[in-house]
Amino acid sequence: MMDIIKKAKKPAAGVISVGVFLVLFLGIQRLVVPKYADGLPEGNFTAEYYDETTDHDVILIGDCEVYENIDPICLWSEYGITSYIRGNAQQLAWQSYYMLEDTLRFETPRVVIYNVQALVHDRPQKEEYNRMTLDGMQWSPVKWKAIQASLCEEEDFLDYIFPVLRYHNRITGLQKEDFTYFHKRKKVTHNGYYMRIDVLPVSKSDVADISWLPGGEKEPAGENPGGQEDPYDIDDPWGEIEEAHADEPELQSDTITDKKRRETFGRLPMEYLDRIRRLCEEKGIRLILMKAPSLAPRWYESDNRQVVEYAERYDLPYINFYDLLEETGLDYEKDTYDGGLHMNLSGADKLTKYLGKVLAEDYHMPDHRKDPRYASIYRQKEKFYQDMITVQQAELERFGEIRSY
Amino acid sequence: MFLSYPFIVFLTVLIFLYYVLPKRCQWFLLLVAGFAFYAAADIRYPPFLMATAFTVYGAALWIGRCSQKTAAYRKGPHKEGEAPSRQEKKAFRRKMEKKKKRILLLCLFLNIGILAFVKYTNFVIDNVNTVLEHTGRQELSYIDFIVPLGISFYTFQAVGYLFDVYWEKCEIQKNFLRFTLFVSFFPQLVQGPISRYSHLSQTLYGKHSFDGKNIRSGLERILYGCFKKLVIADRMGAGLHVLAEDPGHYTGGFVFVGMIFYAVQLYADFTGGIDITIGIAEMFGIQVEENFIRPYFSKNIAEYWRRWHISMGTWFRDYMFYPCSISRPVKKIAVFCKKHFGMGAARRVPVYTATMLVWLVTGLWHGARWYFVVWGLANGVILLISEELTPLYQRFHQRFPGLGGSVCYRAFQVFRTILLMSCLRLFDIYGSVRTTLRQFVHMFTQFGSHPVTGEELAGLGLSRADYVILGAGVLVLVLVSLGGRGGSVRETIRRQPYAVRYTVYVSLFFAVLLFGVYGQGYDVRQFIYNQF
Repeated sequence: MMDIIKKAKKPAAGVISVGVFLVLFLGIQRLVVPKYADGLPEGNFTAEYYDETTDHDVILIGDCEVYENIDPICLWSEYGITSYIRGNAQQLAWQSYYMLEDTLRFETPRVVIYNVQALVHDRPQKEEYNRMTLDGMQWSPVKWKAIQASLCEEEDFLDYIFPVLRYHNRITGLQKEDFTYFHKRKKVTHNGYYMRIDVLPVSKSDVADISWLPGGEKEPAGENPGGQEDPYDIDDPWGEIEEAHADEPELQSDTITDKKRRETFGRLPMEYLDRIRRLCEEKGIRLILMKAPSLAPRWYESDNRQVVEYAERYDLPYINFYDLLEETGLDYEKDTYDGGLHMNLSGADKLTKYLGKVLAEDYHMPDHRKDPRYASIYRQKEKFYQDMITVQQAELERFGEIRSY
Repeated sequence: MFLSYPFIVFLTVLIFLYYVLPKRCQWFLLLVAGFAFYAAADIRYPPFLMATAFTVYGAALWIGRCSQKTAAYRKGPHKEGEAPSRQEKKAFRRKMEKKKKRILLLCLFLNIGILAFVKYTNFVIDNVNTVLEHTGRQELSYIDFIVPLGISFYTFQAVGYLFDVYWEKCEIQKNFLRFTLFVSFFPQLVQGPISRYSHLSQTLYGKHSFDGKNIRSGLERILYGCFKKLVIADRMGAGLHVLAEDPGHYTGGFVFVGMIFYAVQLYADFTGGIDITIGIAEMFGIQVEENFIRPYFSKNIAEYWRRWHISMGTWFRDYMFYPCSISRPVKKIAVFCKKHFGMGAARRVPVYTATMLVWLVTGLWHGARWYFVVWGLANGVILLISEELTPLYQRFHQRFPGLGGSVCYRAFQVFRTILLMSCLRLFDIYGSVRTTLRQFVHMFTQFGSHPVTGEELAGLGLSRADYVILGAGVLVLVLVSLGGRGGSVRETIRRQPYAVRYTVYVSLFFAVLLFGVYGQGYDVRQFIYNQF
C-alpha cells in the first residue's frame, strides 16, 4: 500500500502542479482582459449573443450603423419579429462575414440585413476594433479564420489565443470593473442594440455636415474627385473609444481617415460581400442590403452607386435610409445623440418601425408575440429595456449626461 | 531574435527533433538550425560566416600539418634512412614555424580584415571626411555595408581557435562541417559568449540522450534571463532613452540617475541574454561557459573586468595581451628603457604598452565610434593608475590593518567600483565624447540646479508602478547575486521542497508574463550587445 502511495505521489504532484498553474494562468488572464463594462461597453457585444436562448428571424450584421440605429426590441413590440444584431464598432466586411458564419452555427434566420458602410474599408484598420469584435467570439474554426482575416500588421495571432500576452500591461492599471466583472459580464445590449436616449442635435455639433444630404446644399458633382480633401477628416466617430483606450499603448496610427479616398470599393470587401451573398443563397436566407442615415462618415454618391449596381446585379433589396428621411420622419435635431453620427432611441425606433413594416409586408415575417416560446423571454427583454431607459433618464436628470452606458 | 514567438516555435521543434533523431545526427541538426536561424535574420549573413569558417578551418588544418611534419621530422629516420642531425631538426622546425606564422597571419589578415572592412570602413571615411571638410575638398561617399549579426563574436571565436591550434593548445577539428558548427552554434551567435574550442567541443559534438533535468535546468535559466531582460532592462531602457535624448534638459542630478539606470539596464540586458544563451545550450546538453560572476561586487576595476564579459576579457588577455607583451618590438623597448630609465620602467613598459593597446582594441571592438575608443583608453588609464597606486594602498593597509577586512570598507570598494564603471559608461549613454564630458562636469556643477523630483522622474515615461516593478526587480537581482556568493542559487533552490521550488519558478514565470515589457505596442529592444 505504501508503495502504491509512493508511486502515485509523483504523478499526483505533477497533475496538481499543472492544475494550479492552469488555474492561475486562466485567472490572471481573465483579470487583465478588458471587461468592457462601464467605460467601453462596445467590447461586450459579440459575447452577448451566446447567451441567447431563442432563434431569430432576422440577423443584422455590420458596424455601429446597425447596433445603434436598429432596435430589435422595438421590432418585437411593434411587429413581433425576432431579430438580433451581430454588429460591432467598425466591424469590417470580412468580420461581418465571419460573424454571420458564426451565427449560422447556431441558427438559420429567414433574413440577413447587411449594413454596407464598412465596404469603404479594404484592409484591417485598428487593433482595438479587432479586439472588441473578435475577443468575445466563441472559439471555433470560424473565429480562427476571422482573426486571420482581421490581423493588423503589428498584431500577432498568438495574442488572440492567449490574450494575457496582449493585455499583460493592464496589470498595473486594473480598475474596479476588472474585479466586479471577473466572473460575470455586464449585459449592455438589447439583442445587440446599444441604447442611448440622450440628444445632441446636429446643429449643436461640429462633427457632421448635413448639407450633402438630399435636399441639402450638395457639393459639386458629389462624386468625390480623387484629390479632394477627405471629408472623413471632419470628424472621428471613434474618438471616444480612443479616449477610453488612452492608457493603452498606441498601436497603429493609420485609421479610418485614409487621405486618398478610393472611387470604388476595394477588392477585399467586395469579395466578402460576395461570400455573404453566397452563404445566404446556400442557406436559403434572403439578404437585404441597408445603409443607415449617419451623417459621418460621409456616404458618397459613388459609394451608393456601387451598392445599387451590386444589388441590381444580384437582385438584392437595398434600403438606403438617406433616401427615406421623409418616410421615416427622422429629425437630426432630435433623433441623434452625437450630432448625426448615431441615432438615439427615438431615431432608432423611427428607422426600426420602417424596417419592420418592410419586413412584415414584403417578406411576410411571422408575428411571434403570441408564441409562448418567445413571449416570456421577450417580456424579460422588454423589462431590461425599460429599466435601462429609466436608468438613463435618471442619469440625464442627475448629471446632464449618461454615464453608465 | 530570442524574444519572439517564431523563435519559441523554432526552438521547441528543434529540441523535439534533436532528441527524436539518431544521436549521431544531433550535431548536424544544430548546424542546419544555426544556418536557418542566421539566414532568418538576413539571408546575406551566412556567406560571411561561411567565409570565416572556411578560411580558419583551412588555415588550422594547414598549420596542423606543419606541426605534424615537424614532429615526424624530429622523430626520423628519413626516407633516405638516415636520422636528421640536431641542426637539421632545428632548421626544419624553424622553417615550419615560419610557415605556420605566415599561414596564421594570412588567415588573421583575411578574417580581421573582413571584420574591419564591414565594421570600420565608414568610420574611417567619416574621419577622412572631417579632414577633407576642413581643407575644402570633396568628401568621400559612405558605403552601404551589411554588418552580419554577431560578426565580432564569431570572428573572435574562430580566431581564438586558430591561435590555439597555432600554439598546439587544442586538437584540430578535421571535419569541416563540425568546425562550422563550432563557429555557428546559434545560441551564442547573437551576443556571445566567445567560447573556446577546447571547452565547447567537449559537449558540442557529443551524443546527448533526453534528460528532463537538462530541459528543466535550461528553462529555469531562460526564464531568469527573460526576467532580467523584459522586466528590468527594457523597462529601464524606456526611461533611459528619454533621458539620453535630451541631455540639455536632463542635466545635473539626472546625469547621475542616467548613470545608475544604465548600470542596471546594461547588466540586466547583457546577463539576461547570456542566461538565455546558456539555458538554450543546456537544453541540448551543451555546456557554454559563464560570462559573468557577480561583477557589481568587484572591489576594483581590474577585478570587475575579470568578472564582466569574461570570455571577451580572457580572449584579449590570451590572444592579444600576452603575445603583445612578449613581442619583439615591445621587448626592444623594454631593453631600451632598462638602459635609460632603470628596471622599474623596463618592467612596466611591456605591460603598460600591451594594456593600452588591448583597451584601444577593446574600445574599437565595441563599436566604430570615437567615444568607444575614448571609453576603452579611459579604462586602460584607470587600470594603470590603479596599478601604480597599489604600493600606496598596501602602505595604507599596513598602517590600518583592521580596515581592509571590514564590511564597511569592502562596501566602499564595491560602490567605488560601480560608480567608476558607471561614470565610464556615460560615453555609451550619450554616444558623444563632447556631450559625455559636458554631462560629467554638469553632474557636479549643476547638481542642485535641476533637482530630481518625482514629477521629473515621471516625465521619463515611467509610471509609479514602473518604478515599483523596477525596484522589486533590482532587489531580486541583488538577492540572487548575494545568494550566489555561497554557491549556486539554482542548486540551493533545487534542494528545497517541491512546493517551494514550484512556487519560485511559477512566480518567476508570472512575473515575466505580467511585468515583462513585450508584445503589441512595445518596441522590444534588441539586446544591447547585438550591435557589437
